[in-house]
Amino acid sequence: MKALEKIIHNLDPKFEKGGKWEKMYPLYETLSTFLFTPKHVTKKGAHIRDGVDLKRTMFMVILALIPCLLFGIYNTGHWHYELQSYINPEFAGYNEYLVGFGDKVLYGLLQVLPLVIVSYAAGLAVEFVFAMINGHGLHEGFLVSGMLIPLTMPADVPLWMVAVATIFAVVIGKEVFGGTGMNILNVALTARAFLFFAYPTKMSGDKVWKSGTDGVIAANDGVLPDGASGATALGDLASFVGDAPVVAGENLAGAGSAELLAKFQGAYDPLHAFIGMVPGSVGETSALAALIGGAILLFTGVASWRIILSFFAGGLAFGLMMNGIGVNPYMELPAYYHLIIGGFAFGAVYMATDPVTASQTSYGKLWYGFFGGGLAVLIRVLNPAYPEGVMLAILFMNVMAPLIDHYVVQANIKRRQKRFKTA
Amino acid sequence: MSENNEKTKAPAEPLFSKKNKRLLTDPLSDNNPITIQVLGICSALAITVQVEQAFWMSISVIFVMVFGNLIISLLRNLIPSRVRIIVQLVVVASLVIIVNESLQAFVPDVSEKLSVFVGLIITNCIIMGRFEAFAMGNTAWPSMLDGFGNAIGYAWVLVAVSVVREIFGSGKLFGFDVFPEGFYELGYMDNNMMILPPMALIVVGVIIWIQRSKNPSLVEEH
Repeated sequence: MKALEKIIHNLDPKFEKGGKWEKMYPLYETLSTFLFTPKHVTKKGAHIRDGVDLKRTMFMVILALIPCLLFGIYNTGHWHYELQSYINPEFAGYNEYLVGFGDKVLYGLLQVLPLVIVSYAAGLAVEFVFAMINGHGLHEGFLVSGMLIPLTMPADVPLWMVAVATIFAVVIGKEVFGGTGMNILNVALTARAFLFFAYPTKMSGDKVWKSGTDGVIAANDGVLPDGASGATALGDLASFVGDAPVVAGENLAGAGSAELLAKFQGAYDPLHAFIGMVPGSVGETSALAALIGGAILLFTGVASWRIILSFFAGGLAFGLMMNGIGVNPYMELPAYYHLIIGGFAFGAVYMATDPVTASQTSYGKLWYGFFGGGLAVLIRVLNPAYPEGVMLAILFMNVMAPLIDHYVVQANIKRRQKRFKTA
Repeated sequence: MSENNEKTKAPAEPLFSKKNKRLLTDPLSDNNPITIQVLGICSALAITVQVEQAFWMSISVIFVMVFGNLIISLLRNLIPSRVRIIVQLVVVASLVIIVNESLQAFVPDVSEKLSVFVGLIITNCIIMGRFEAFAMGNTAWPSMLDGFGNAIGYAWVLVAVSVVREIFGSGKLFGFDVFPEGFYELGYMDNNMMILPPMALIVVGVIIWIQRSKNPSLVEEH
């Protein structure tokens, strides 16, 4: 280690101003600080500098994302083979969750790793171009976004779309505002929202959530095999609002709301939904994995417990409110379900807590989280066109965060002025 | 004396003097009505999905702008300043009706697509802005040039935005396919977001971004 550090620091002069490779300084700075603590020291005043810089912070988040990534890989493989088991006798038992473990892991890896690689390659390329243009070191902000983006995608999404979305999100979502730390919107969610609106057929509906659905449909005369379903739990729920409610591929037109909910809870029982054994985007399905990651983030002090807690509280509160209104079967869904299906937990832990785009004040964080979670449930229940409301809710709250902070600060000023006057 | 001087000088000014040329060229980039003054954004959002619509919209605005400025500048000494907005409105409205009727007569399908937006030219901020800011205080010829310059400045942004949106949104340009069939077979898809209004705003934003990074003097200090 010491030797490597020496070698690298001996290269320093060549990259500094006037050195041979001056132009490549951003790249050098990035790589050397990736390995070792930067040698910058505070020059004025008595500041205490922690060794935990942005790069280490970002690494904590990536570490916390690993449970989601691993679970996502397996889950992708499982739902691929689950669908295969309908048409291919070779995979007959594969609809059991743990049968064919190796095959499923392998398939998941082959499906998910390219997404990760493309996302990092596209995003870092853009970051690098802007670093060169603006003459600063490569910013670390993309380390986390690059991992978040693939986890928010359906496993089958074409790679070029991931690249386009990543480039769009980094340029329009971040670099135009001044780069890392200046962005208004969460970069990963910007990428997902872009794809969601740009290529809806690849990002929503009931043919994208299980990898290889198109192939199965083609092999089975243009329809899904009997008993198979490509929809997510949220997709099924959204159908409750219309005339043709469906649960896991079973058409239940005319069924009462009690029957519908019973069927739904049978198909997606809370434990499975919590663990994440349901189809969905790569990393979003498992509330358990997200909570493990959340625990890591809270333990290391990277994420704010206020946001996570109030996000869940908001979801629960609005879910209960919907129960109270209860005019359609979706509204009567037990409120806790909202917290464990779809990307709710994933969004609460990794997306809403993004320190750049969230509210900065302590009270602001509570409001921000509460309405983020609440809006997510509202969008889910009230607008069946957008089955998953978490993405839009968080993006909306990103935009609102400065406003919330403004009022929190103003309220504080007023309170203190009052105290000053009465004293 | 000075009055006399000006009167004798005025005819000597060539039709395209430096000053008059600037009336034409300024609005194209450094004082563009859309990207710098941020006027007329509404129609830039609404009718830039296809180049054809943007093109006809541009033609209409150029016509209204040039003749509106001309008429207002001819009438400028007759218009009582208290009711000038109403007079201006009457002039724009009459011109817009002429445009609308002609579009319906000669290019009915375009007129149908543009629908209400031709009528809404009346409320296009650029037009009333130029009347107030220029035609009310200048002679006929410079007013026409100013109107033409501003309308062209509006038009090129409109057409540029619509070219981007039509190519990537529906894979066409002026209604003709841009991408070969093989492209789609390889998995390429038209970008649905380009058709949605927010993308027009983003494309205009990108144009503004490019413009300001080329000419830093346009960047406001905050």
